[in-house]
Amino acid sequence: MLELKDLHAEVEGEGIEILKGVNLTITKGEIHAIMGPNGSGKSTLAKVVAGHPQYEVTKGDILFNGESILEMDPDERAHAGIFLAFQYPVEVPGVTNTTLLRESYNTIAASRGREELDPLEFDDYIREKLDLVEMNPEFLERSVNAGFSGGEKKRNEIFQMAVLQPSLSLLDETDSGLDIDALRVVSDGINKLHGEDDGVVLITHYQRLLNYIIPDHVHVMIAGRIVKSGGKELALELEEKGYDWLESLATVNGEAK
Amino acid sequence: MSETKALESMIGEEYKYGFTTDVEYEDFPKGLNEDIVRLISEKKDEPEWMTEFRLKAYRSWLEMEEPSWFNATYEKPKFDTLQYYSAPKNKPKLDSLDDVDPKIRETYEKLGIPLDEQKMLAGVAVDAVFDSVSIFTTFKEKLAEAGVIFCSISEAVKNHPDLVKKYMGSVVPVRDNFYAALNSAVFSDGSFCYVPKDTICPMELSTYFRINNMNSGQFERTLIIAEENSHVSYLEGCTAPMYDEHQLHAAVVELVALDNAEIKYSTIQNWYSGDEDGKGGIYNFVTKRGACRGKNSKISWTQLETGSAVTLKYPSVILQGDNSVGEFFSVAVTNKRQQADTGTKMIHIGKNTKSTIISKGISAGNSNNSYRGEVKISKKADNARNYSQCDSMLIGQTCGAHTFPYIESANPTGKIEHEATTSRVGEDQIFYLQQRGISEDDAISLIVNGFCKEVLKELPMEFAVEANKLLGIKLEGSVG
Repeated sequence: MLELKDLHAEVEGEGIEILKGVNLTITKGEIHAIMGPNGSGKSTLAKVVAGHPQYEVTKGDILFNGESILEMDPDERAHAGIFLAFQYPVEVPGVTNTTLLRESYNTIAASRGREELDPLEFDDYIREKLDLVEMNPEFLERSVNAGFSGGEKKRNEIFQMAVLQPSLSLLDETDSGLDIDALRVVSDGINKLHGEDDGVVLITHYQRLLNYIIPDHVHVMIAGRIVKSGGKELALELEEKGYDWLESLATVNGEAK
Repeated sequence: MSETKALESMIGEEYKYGFTTDVEYEDFPKGLNEDIVRLISEKKDEPEWMTEFRLKAYRSWLEMEEPSWFNATYEKPKFDTLQYYSAPKNKPKLDSLDDVDPKIRETYEKLGIPLDEQKMLAGVAVDAVFDSVSIFTTFKEKLAEAGVIFCSISEAVKNHPDLVKKYMGSVVPVRDNFYAALNSAVFSDGSFCYVPKDTICPMELSTYFRINNMNSGQFERTLIIAEENSHVSYLEGCTAPMYDEHQLHAAVVELVALDNAEIKYSTIQNWYSGDEDGKGGIYNFVTKRGACRGKNSKISWTQLETGSAVTLKYPSVILQGDNSVGEFFSVAVTNKRQQADTGTKMIHIGKNTKSTIISKGISAGNSNNSYRGEVKISKKADNARNYSQCDSMLIGQTCGAHTFPYIESANPTGKIEHEATTSRVGEDQIFYLQQRGISEDDAISLIVNGFCKEVLKELPMEFAVEANKLLGIKLEGSVG
């Protein structure tokens, strides 16, 4: 469903290249984990796929369900089924979670020719989703992420994923900032949401998350490229050895990373 | 969410109130001198005391200097070429709607303010002011049954002279400031409302101000009196056509609340704001002040200021009665080259008086938005309390936001709290909402509506939807 072809991207206007030729194919039903040291370009990759205006794609292509999405605005990509769980979810004071979610849900539903839900129907619909991430219903009437703890924000992202039911979910360090109980709850939620028709990309530093969510594929990203791919055992190897032993792979044609 | 649905439908709309109505005007000389002041008074068939009031104000005005202490720069109005009175020629006295010039009726229809009572919002009485004169007041009879007087100020001068004499100029004295003095000399019309003792006004009252004539200033005068144990809610709306020249609007509003009375005054100001380069637009220089004369009285100002090229406006409350309460809720939006210097004054005189100030300033484009507020606790005001919150939001990189709070306390038991924040609507915030499927314009509306929520909820229900729409249109396309 998602295909990245020799994807190069830089910070708009600054000429600093961050993605230096990423190739990746995700088929529906799969869970992929992307690991790598700080600053390797993992979060940038997620933002570029979601269409963040701060980045400019200078070369290569992003195909979603066979079609290039490079010219699409972020909201159009969301309508197509791409969801990004943010590493740092943004606060929107004065706008309640329910308001945002109903607006999102109905906009996406309308763009796909699905039926929109009125406030009462919507309320029934989201309440059942709350249980999935064990969230207190009072969260619904609080302003989006305002005054939430780090863990609550992350949980809220997965709650949004549950409500919007995307076909591709990019989860950017959803595990960071979660205590062990919250990590289990969030992981269970993700596992329950994942099915045969959707793809999940987990971006993480730690193997820990992968004890709860078992990936089909693990990729290591260093200096803007995927330098090694493998099965779930690769994550364990990384846990043991760190990233140093892979650094040399980031050097191509004698050019330093 | 229905608000945003409504916003969506407005996308791409420019200032939609910018049209001109082609009506014939009475001839009236330009410029200002004692003869002009007398002529205005004569046109309005006023009693001698009113003429004297005007002349006294005019003489004071001559001695006063135009203020310049605010945070705005603009070309000063040319007082000697302005036309101080502007009335449509076809203006019979308005006992029946059939007598109103069809063109003017049509104008109000187009503005969404039908004067036909059957078509109106249920529960809202309207006084329609066109340039210098009140055109029509609806639901007069129904209000009269409750004992409420709601009419143009000109009618009040004739029919209720004792009330007008007693209260006009009692809250905003003739010499209060340059523009108040000018208004007192040349005011042409406006609304008058009197709510008798033990009466809850049965409907929302509203005045709709329209400036049509290109060369005229609008100087309206509003006076609202709430007797003991009474309650009234009043709303004013304002629009004007788009002209290249600036037009002056200098109003005076006075509110008086006696024991246990409550006045809620709301404004949706959407005067033409000028174009991208700052050409044209209204100068909105108004003096609004309420006096909580009675004990336990309450005056509440709510304003949504979105229009005008330059706004200088500080709706204030003088808290004289013990336990009286003053409130100021404000959203001021500036875009393009607009400049707004607005805020409030809360003057605590009585014991246990309380005031609340919530101000939300939103700047976009090349505009400049300032909050200026004063809280004063006088010697006798034991246990006075004030809470102020001033938040500014910036959209884009080329606008400005400023906060000028002045605090003065002469009583050690007074408590004053002030909070202020400044935030920027960032790329990340918009991206977050877009990632959830919401378009860029809707994302901005959502963020701005959220930011202003505490103030918007203070507006009467009937106008809340209009307010939301207005915010959306105002800020459309203001990012990137």
